[in-house]
Amino acid sequence: MGEKRIVYMDHSATTYTRKEVIGAMIPYYAEHFGNPSSIYGIARESKKAIDTARADVAAALGAEPGEIYFTSGGSESDNWAIKGVAYANRNRGNHIITTKIEHHAVLHTCEYLEKDGFTITYLPVDKYGLVDPAELEKSITDKTILISIMYANNEIGTIEPIAELAAVAKKHRIYFHTDAVQAIGNVPIDVKAQDIDLLSLSAHKFYGPKGVGVLYIRKGVRIDNLIHGGGQESRRRAGTENIAGIVGLGKAITYATSDIEGHNRKIRALRDRLMKGILEKIPHAYLNGHPEKRLPGNINISFEFIEGESMLLWLDDEGICASTGSACTSGSLEPSHVLLATGLPVEISHGSLRLTLGDVNTDADVDFVLEVLPKVVSRLRDMSPLYQKSGKEGGCNV
Amino acid sequence: MYSDKVMDHFKNPRNVGEIENADGIGEVGNPVCGDIMKIFIKVENNVVTDAKFKTFGCGAAIASSSMATELVRGKTLEEAWEISNKAVAEALEGLPPIKMHCSVLAEEGIHKAINDYRVKQGLEPWEEKNPHSHEHDEALACDH
Repeated sequence: MGEKRIVYMDHSATTYTRKEVIGAMIPYYAEHFGNPSSIYGIARESKKAIDTARADVAAALGAEPGEIYFTSGGSESDNWAIKGVAYANRNRGNHIITTKIEHHAVLHTCEYLEKDGFTITYLPVDKYGLVDPAELEKSITDKTILISIMYANNEIGTIEPIAELAAVAKKHRIYFHTDAVQAIGNVPIDVKAQDIDLLSLSAHKFYGPKGVGVLYIRKGVRIDNLIHGGGQESRRRAGTENIAGIVGLGKAITYATSDIEGHNRKIRALRDRLMKGILEKIPHAYLNGHPEKRLPGNINISFEFIEGESMLLWLDDEGICASTGSACTSGSLEPSHVLLATGLPVEISHGSLRLTLGDVNTDADVDFVLEVLPKVVSRLRDMSPLYQKSGKEGGCNV
Repeated sequence: MYSDKVMDHFKNPRNVGEIENADGIGEVGNPVCGDIMKIFIKVENNVVTDAKFKTFGCGAAIASSSMATELVRGKTLEEAWEISNKAVAEALEGLPPIKMHCSVLAEEGIHKAINDYRVKQGLEPWEEKNPHSHEHDEALACDH
């Protein structure tokens, strides 16, 4: 028997680390291990490596190197942006605007601030997951100090009209933060042209290592520190730098943004064939998210009459790695807040499947999923009391 | 996260399907909460001679249905009534805490099927211990 075939289609959860990235990181563990805050030669090597990575990130975002701060990842960046701006600008107001479909790193941070006297507006989205700039403008008050809207959604892949939303913020002189963890490498980002004041990134979503991220803070933004201690990161983020991680992030972002067009063309072709194939082969299946304004690798489809976790278990049995918005995998009994915000009925939210394609995927992977998935769905429907009840047994396009 | 026994009953569920002219049918759960179980039983001389199920739900819900139908087969109605959710979970070599409500659904499904049989026979239904399992345990409550 050969080794079990693995088809990885969960790149929005995490990506593998590119070989070239790992190669660049390794010297910074045993060789150039010096603490960049020290004065001797090997420490200067570490310092230089961080400077290079900072310049690489700045170039990828259209920012100045002095506006790039390294963190432990996307969650820290989101926490820092929101808590830091909230507390530093409290004298100007206590109102923050975000959306119902943010990552929990944003939502739970906002909920935490609510307990401390801040007022939060959670903007609704349309059935595709899009935020309306007019709706944003209407929700602004004279107490609004921060707007935080994700660049692209991690579950349904919808890409928000960030430049338009940021323009509304700029017009009202309110700080604009975006969680671009899913977007980087998939859409061209230019923080200056797009009027973005703060932006969060996480290296492990673009073929870099886990445990390292970025917060871009436009020069002049008033923000408190989140991590207090030593004077690292221009006295704004304490803690000895994760040098190897930072080096890896710098390399990874350079690769990820060097040919976005070409990368997207390849992934989108595979994604479109898979998406079309699933919708053709499986009746009672609906696409979640926007048909065009979506991340090139993202597929999110709900299958009626079945539940997501049982789908994932069968797919895993075949070596296919995917995820779902069903409650059963989230540790709670509520299905995905993102799917519910798009107006999807709760019972159909339980039957959602997310496949996120990336650099490793091939035409053979697409064929394999198209062969396996219809069997899995039909096996589960055969034992579902809902399928029979609906009178749709056998489907309508057999 | 699941025991081998749960995975076995999930991947090779016993007694899937319906019983034509079943003597008792019990349906529990709610699609909004993500699980529905329908249990069918055949009764002869006060003994459950056959049991089948159809389930919409997660791996634990399917495995619990499968195990519950295995446990009731060949039992008297009184014995079948006494099969608790803990017995179902134990027979499956344990369920993760968040999935215990699946075994509760199985217990309730059996109770509903037995009472359906009793009512059809013109008998008093027995008192169900855990009506609407989704509400009985706050930690696991589904609000819908």
